[in-house]
Amino acid sequence: MKKNTQAKNHALAAKAGQGKKAVFIVSAIVLLMVFVLGALIYNRDKLDKSAQVAEQNLAFLAREHAPRLGPAEAKVHLVEFFDPACGTCREFYPLVKELMKANRDQLRLSLRYAPFHPGSDNVVRILEAARKQDKFWPTLEAVFATQAYWAPNHKAEVEYVWPQLGNLGLDLERIKRDMYAPEIDRILAQDLADAKALNVTMTPEFFVNGRPLPSFGPDQLKKLVRDAVAKAY
Amino acid sequence: MNTSEPKQEDHPPEGAWALVFVAWFIASASTLGALFLSQVMGIAPCVLCWYQRIFMFPLVFILAAGLFPFDARLVRYSLPLAVVGWTIALFHVLIVAGVVPENIRPCAQGIPCKEQPIEWFGFLTIPLLSLMAFSLIGLLLMATHFKVSK
Repeated sequence: MKKNTQAKNHALAAKAGQGKKAVFIVSAIVLLMVFVLGALIYNRDKLDKSAQVAEQNLAFLAREHAPRLGPAEAKVHLVEFFDPACGTCREFYPLVKELMKANRDQLRLSLRYAPFHPGSDNVVRILEAARKQDKFWPTLEAVFATQAYWAPNHKAEVEYVWPQLGNLGLDLERIKRDMYAPEIDRILAQDLADAKALNVTMTPEFFVNGRPLPSFGPDQLKKLVRDAVAKAY
Repeated sequence: MNTSEPKQEDHPPEGAWALVFVAWFIASASTLGALFLSQVMGIAPCVLCWYQRIFMFPLVFILAAGLFPFDARLVRYSLPLAVVGWTIALFHVLIVAGVVPENIRPCAQGIPCKEQPIEWFGFLTIPLLSLMAFSLIGLLLMATHFKVSK
């Protein structure tokens, strides 16, 4: 008799257990689906919005003071916000150069500063001071190449930068005098203000004719440039 | 003879399973919500958010493991997480509200904990959502404990 009820209870429990499992699995699937759908909808809205704001972005992107490459009449304008102490910026640099080479006549590049790492604003100052000696690009390449030495633990140490600039033919004493000039203060302040206005929170950030990357990655950048070139020419 | 056997029951006290299930659901929704904010919307979590995540994310798995088969001891393993997470969330809410003075703020560098990127309906911030989630999970787990020990 007792055994019988026990068996019955077991059967009931097993049945209830299956119901519980179903509730659990369905809930898990619903939660995940809400997440995925939410992400898809959010990203689509963001893309729509980014197309709308591309026009407004242009005002913040067209600054005369930024270091430039490429022909001024090129119809596709690539703007990169970068931080000299940022490893991903260093890794993207060859790709940006490649893009400039592949689209020699169609593409022009402006570099903007977003020194988010502690201390890297001083490295920006060195770059700007080197620019006065017409050595911006070689200095930038030297700074990127030796990033691991002067930015240990993601903190830029300006005293470790100097030894890396030895054989560029720079007048280092002049750089040390020039780097705190008020016009460099203004450039830094302007670039940071524009970065904020454009919602640049991570580096590197790219804009192609005002459009930001739909999602981050080298292929997305290549595609954005390719599409803009195809549209403009 | 069976008294020292663990309480791994085929048929737990009525309702205990449901309480834990709801706690699991809240933990899962909170976890996915936190991931949505950081990975989809791109809002970087501040230091205190990270600590709350550390205590929220494992609840999803611990509570799920305690549901099949139902194991009343899950309260022992999950309640400490909920209590510590709740304490951090409360601290965070007090910082946002300005009750905790600026100078003992633990996150002056990097991403500020005080500035809130989201304020739904004018008051619902991320740390407040976190505090609500931890409170509910804690209460549900305590209710489970009393239900089982009765």
